[in-house]
Amino acid sequence: MPKRKTKKKKLKMLQKKPEKLIDKDDVRLDGRKLNELRPVKIEVGVLGNADGSAYIEQGKNKILAAVYGPKEVHPRHLALPDRAVLRCRYHMAPFSVDERKSPAPSRRELELSKVIREALEPSIFVEYYPRTSIDIFIEVLQADGGTRCAGITTASLALADAGIPMRDLVVACAAGKVDGCLALDLMDVEDKLGEADVPLALMPNLNAITLLQMDGSLTIEEFEKAINLALEGCKQLYTLQKEALKLKYVTVKEDLEE
Amino acid sequence: MPLFYEKKQLVTPGDLIAEDNYIAGDNTYKDDGKIYASRVGLVDYEARKVHVVALKAFYVPYVGDTVIGKVIEVTTGGWIIDINAPYFAMLRASDVIDRPFKPQTSDLPSIFDVGDIIIAQIVAYDRTRDPLLSVREPGLGKTMRGQLVEITPTKIPRVIGRKGSMVSMIKRETGCQITIGQNGLILISGKTPENERLAVMALHKIEDESHTSGLTDRVTEMLRKKKEDVEHA
Amino acid sequence: MTPPPIVIRVKQKRIAELVSSGKRLDGRGLTDYREIQVEVGVIERAEGSARVRLGKTEVMVGIKIETGQPFSDVPDKGVLTVNAELVPLASPTFEPGPPNENAIELARVVDRGIRESKAIELEKLCVEPGKNVFIVFIDVYVLNHDGNLIDASAMAALAALLNTKMFNYELEKGEIKIKPGYTPLPIINHPIAVTFAKINDKLIVDPWLEEEQVMDARLTMTLDKDGKICAIQKGGYGYFTTQQILEAAKIAREKTEELRKILVKG
Repeated sequence: MPKRKTKKKKLKMLQKKPEKLIDKDDVRLDGRKLNELRPVKIEVGVLGNADGSAYIEQGKNKILAAVYGPKEVHPRHLALPDRAVLRCRYHMAPFSVDERKSPAPSRRELELSKVIREALEPSIFVEYYPRTSIDIFIEVLQADGGTRCAGITTASLALADAGIPMRDLVVACAAGKVDGCLALDLMDVEDKLGEADVPLALMPNLNAITLLQMDGSLTIEEFEKAINLALEGCKQLYTLQKEALKLKYVTVKEDLEE
Repeated sequence: MPLFYEKKQLVTPGDLIAEDNYIAGDNTYKDDGKIYASRVGLVDYEARKVHVVALKAFYVPYVGDTVIGKVIEVTTGGWIIDINAPYFAMLRASDVIDRPFKPQTSDLPSIFDVGDIIIAQIVAYDRTRDPLLSVREPGLGKTMRGQLVEITPTKIPRVIGRKGSMVSMIKRETGCQITIGQNGLILISGKTPENERLAVMALHKIEDESHTSGLTDRVTEMLRKKKEDVEHA
Repeated sequence: MTPPPIVIRVKQKRIAELVSSGKRLDGRGLTDYREIQVEVGVIERAEGSARVRLGKTEVMVGIKIETGQPFSDVPDKGVLTVNAELVPLASPTFEPGPPNENAIELARVVDRGIRESKAIELEKLCVEPGKNVFIVFIDVYVLNHDGNLIDASAMAALAALLNTKMFNYELEKGEIKIKPGYTPLPIINHPIAVTFAKINDKLIVDPWLEEEQVMDARLTMTLDKDGKICAIQKGGYGYFTTQQILEAAKIAREKTEELRKILVKG
């Protein structure tokens, strides 16, 4: 059954709708240019119990990713004889969005768990560890659009932090169409009120696109531009990913050289 | 002869290390003639073999390795041991009990029970089954005392040192008995808890600074200084 | 998550080899669809229905229209909701229970195509703004799984929508009173989904079951009647290059025009 919202919330939401998302100087609501990423902060190895972990802040997004494994699969019948089973759970905390979200997994979270798993899997050497499972957990603590992409970028770092052998890191970014203009890294309000959203995940050294979705309305030519914009965003994020991964190691070396 | 990184440079998974005619060593893989890193670590090479010394990797069982593990289950035929690897290991009752044993009359928990720490050797392992352990060799079996330290398995060679120089030094300086498991678990048994604590500190220092040089000297210095501090306290 | 069925290695090789040389096991070209059969109005109790056979894949869609409260942020529009059931009788790999990730993905991809192309004029489904609107329930029922459930389901959904008739009504003191006669559901766009499978670096259209079991990855593109893309979904454990994606878009434009002719008559 469709969700019902109360009258009180209806007023709240109508008040919040901005008139324009992009002004005459091509500046967005948060002051960014069309091809600008939101400010990003990444940290690797943040959780004590997980085998690997990472945390990202991208604009208002705050996302935590953790990896457990490879380890024996429980229940046993889920094990695959020739490779590791990859399990992924994308989940949003109830307080992560404006209107409290029920902790029970929604259909959207289930779909995203699937596409995120399929975005990360090509990068992992699953065939090295038959009969085991690698579990990936992505928790969205605060959401502002583009959480599946930020989740993928973080989860890939958590996998590297866990020492799981990979073909490449996976980095993800979305582009879209807002007020008739193609823009990079849409925030929630731009996604909701804009004309199209194209999330994309990439293995940067292999030039392989492992996640691609789109909703909205784009001509094929606009779509091509959007992909290229998203790829640009991915390349910038990849640099930040690598820096975050190397940072733990580099500080120790620097301390010693003092 | 394209080699894109120098020795001891840090790489991340997917970094292209070499092209044309190189051999892919540890923590690298070859695709279409190119060699890429598969883990975060330092590049190293000898002749045409390129490998990466991983910053962090979990233990993968290897036949012949000595490992330290915890008994997690007693079954009718033996024990299941957690050796800190993606797979649990098996120890068969027949490995420990010489005469043919009967599950009904043999009291396996009295030999090894859940929670016991054992030192064992991996005698069999392949892709289709869990690793098999043995405790027949001298020096193997249950341990009754000591502290267990866990470090990332890739650093174990550094803990041992060239020809055992590092671990011998720690034993000397702290007066502790040290048993090293290839799976990253190390057993320390000293005369006093303070001695054991010194050894633990040394091990963690090695883990944090394993990629640097002059480590043996620095660890020795740290241990001597700490011992002085304790004496003057 | 049910583990995928084991494919016979020899057959796997054969399929891949054929594709490399531009052919398929059933004789089709790389961009050919299987035979398509569409029947509408198969379930009289539903407001709209259709059954599509795509080769041996069979999907039935039933449309029920009810009334209810609108969403608070769009008080003057009707509601669209899509659900998909991978009914156990359709395949040995389908198990009874609530929709799993595959059923959910299927429903959401079909939903995206219809919603983003604005195929249904939801504004015309408002009875009383803020209080009462029509809710269009699209239920996708997979009856036999022989590959490419997405395209078959999307086609069946569109055919069912075009077949859907709503009862006439008038508002009397805030209550709906049914009058005689029917009006077709206001449909103004015709989204069509085209799914590609990547095998040995080649793209094939409308993969059947065994090709799906062998493929590296799948890419679905949904285009509307003006050739604009309204939904894309990549699935499977492999990847695509930018070139392959753009190539797929061009092929999709062609194929959706062909398929639309079959579904939308007159």
